[in-house]
Amino acid sequence: MCGIVGLFLKDKALEPKLGEMLSGMLGTMCGRGPDSAGFAVYGAGESDEVKLTLRAAEGYDFVGLAAKLGDGAEILQRATHAVLTVPSADEADVRAKIAALAPEVTVVGAGSRMELYKEVGMPTDVAVRFDLAKMAGTHGIAHTRMATESAVTTNGAHPFSTGLDQCLVHNGSLSNFRTVRRNLERAGVTIQTENDSEVAAGYLTWRMKEGRSLGEALEDSLDDLDGFYTFVVGTESGFGVLRDPIACKPAVMAETDQYVAFGSEYRALAGLPGIENAKIFEPEPAKVYFWDRAAA
Amino acid sequence: MNASTQSHSFDLSTAKVRDLNAALHALKEGSNASLWRVSNPRGLHALAAGLDAPVTVEIDGPVGYYCAGMNKQATVIVRGNAGVGIGENMMSGRIEVEGDASQAAGATAHGGLLFIRGQAGARCGISMKGVDIVVGGSVGHMSAFMAQAGTLTVLGDAGEALGDSIYEARLYVRGSVKSLGADCVEKEMRDEHKAQVFEKLKAAGLEGQVDPSEFKRYGSARTLYHFHVDNASAY
Repeated sequence: MCGIVGLFLKDKALEPKLGEMLSGMLGTMCGRGPDSAGFAVYGAGESDEVKLTLRAAEGYDFVGLAAKLGDGAEILQRATHAVLTVPSADEADVRAKIAALAPEVTVVGAGSRMELYKEVGMPTDVAVRFDLAKMAGTHGIAHTRMATESAVTTNGAHPFSTGLDQCLVHNGSLSNFRTVRRNLERAGVTIQTENDSEVAAGYLTWRMKEGRSLGEALEDSLDDLDGFYTFVVGTESGFGVLRDPIACKPAVMAETDQYVAFGSEYRALAGLPGIENAKIFEPEPAKVYFWDRAAA
Repeated sequence: MNASTQSHSFDLSTAKVRDLNAALHALKEGSNASLWRVSNPRGLHALAAGLDAPVTVEIDGPVGYYCAGMNKQATVIVRGNAGVGIGENMMSGRIEVEGDASQAAGATAHGGLLFIRGQAGARCGISMKGVDIVVGGSVGHMSAFMAQAGTLTVLGDAGEALGDSIYEARLYVRGSVKSLGADCVEKEMRDEHKAQVFEKLKAAGLEGQVDPSEFKRYGSARTLYHFHVDNASAY
């Protein structure tokens, strides 16, 4: 099964409420995926800085890690995760230092604005642990997981991020992901887990590195990814939606002057403001949908 | 509504779906508790499923999966969109959706009328077994897949692979058909078929609004009915 929700705000006045709205949506999808949950929020950020979302075991001393990294590294801890903000130019150095000084710490996402959190457990509990309801931002996506292709671990939880400010959540199952992973590895894209959805994220990252836009990369995936899927993908400036040509995985969308929202079921959208008058539709199979802040 | 009719209301922002369905299941033949108004459905699943009494249930808003599934006798009106499998396996009665319906509307349904005013998604009428389905808008891909009996009347267009592997059932489509599935062919639209389209439109309350002669008829070429000996070597 699995549940997906996504929210893209058009109305700036709603930005302080993004997390609150997203956590409400996530909560309704617990029944579709009680194993684990995760979310990515696009909040404040500077274009010349990178926010690295780090993850470590319960009780890990992130402040101590920041002290070891030196140079006044700024770190904000939330439960098992922490966001470390560094100048873009230093990103590679900092990643190398973390790998050397703290191999027990994983970098789960990076970007100028994206923060990414995921953990095993009931989705409502996961949202509370990371205080999702208090987060502000322009857009965000979230996932509740019922595992099929790999184990119930934090690594197997969604979203997956394989590029700066890029993340993907997936409902479905890919059948040719091992072949695609081998091809990606030859092309220099690192896939860290055994999860099929991470391969989809890596595939899109690779297409965009080759110069394709997100919309074009999603078009390409219709030819290269085999299986059944509904994807919701976030980038720095927007979010995209794609269902496979058979479209057996559910998807409902709502659009108003204030927002575009995605849910695996209408239940996830029922609590949004002005939903009574929203344009409600199901994304068509094999059709790429994309909303972009730059274009809005 | 006659004087002896009792009307009930059920607010799902406070009451539970189980309580609603239990109350509806408790209704017996001849009950005069004939009108039920349900508010705040918020896309909840299995609303008014499994009814077997001549009552009317009006649901004021969007419903989730399998609304009015297995329906017998009852009239269920949805004033909003419907999720996956509205009216799945319905036996009789009437279901009316004022908005759009998601995938597999009327799947495996044996009888009654399912009227969707808006669009229906993929696999509308999959494996239908005698139900009459009328769709005001268009239907998605693989509609009437393996249909066995009944009618599917579509005022708009049909998506890819209409009527794939169809046994019987009559499919009437007014607009375009993106493609026909295996063993589904266009058939002659004779007077008896126009009369049947009129009858179905009338049942939905659309008579006089659409000309039955604008519809084309599709059905089974009946070439998949029997095992073909040339395929013996495939096993």
